[in-house]
Amino acid sequence: MNNYNPSISTTSAVSINKVLRNTYMLLSITLLFSAITAMVSMVLQVSHMVSLICSFGALGLIWLVLPRTAHSAAGIGVVFAITGLLGFGLGPILNHYLALSNGPQLIATSLGGTGVIFMALSGYVLTTKRDFSFMGGFLMVGLIIAVLAMVANIFLQIPALSLALSAAIILIMSGFILFDTSRIINGGESNYVNATVSLYLSLYNIFVSLLHLLGVFGGDE
Amino acid sequence: MDGMQIASAIFLILMLAFLFPRAKQMFFNSPKAESGDWSAALVPLLGVVGFIILLVWLVSQ
Repeated sequence: MNNYNPSISTTSAVSINKVLRNTYMLLSITLLFSAITAMVSMVLQVSHMVSLICSFGALGLIWLVLPRTAHSAAGIGVVFAITGLLGFGLGPILNHYLALSNGPQLIATSLGGTGVIFMALSGYVLTTKRDFSFMGGFLMVGLIIAVLAMVANIFLQIPALSLALSAAIILIMSGFILFDTSRIINGGESNYVNATVSLYLSLYNIFVSLLHLLGVFGGDE
Repeated sequence: MDGMQIASAIFLILMLAFLFPRAKQMFFNSPKAESGDWSAALVPLLGVVGFIILLVWLVSQ
């Protein structure tokens, strides 16, 4: 007996396309919003401590508030709060790089590079429609090892380790873009609020790490 | 050791506390890779590595 039901299959494809469209729409608006908050923070010349407090705030929202609000309209407000805080926290880093002679070029290259990586990886998953959910455990273990090494490097202050960590974070976050996009198109993630935050965090980390790498190799630090 | 370093370390340790249960859950419940899955993932990641090397080369000129 054939159990194939075309109406269920069509409904599922429509709902997946809706999640994908909503995710990309919310992602583009939140990226624009965090660019605005980053500019405000640059103009105000906020300190690195303020940047860290913003990161604490964003982590708190992701940890405590997002899981409770992701399935309601309030979730969208929480996404804007998270991305706004993270964008605001970027101000001191951007001001630091802008002070370099080729700072604007480095920031523009990092921004463009992040965009190219995101579009290429998303395009790859959307074209091949492969399921990368098997990478989840591997990526999370890699991320935990990277964060442990970051904690160690706060005390050790080894420049080579810092560079290696930036390169590793770019690769891990690229893997997360493959993982998250494949989860959306294969029906593993049906909540566009959660999907947007996951993709935003990958883009944010790729941008910051790429800026660090380019700053070391191409800046006058 | 200044306050900024201590606050950064606290932030990262909190992040670890946030990530660890999720990592454990994902590690034990992720589906197993089938043949060809890893090569399909490694090809675009190697492309990212090549692209980063290109960007580093461009800015260091």
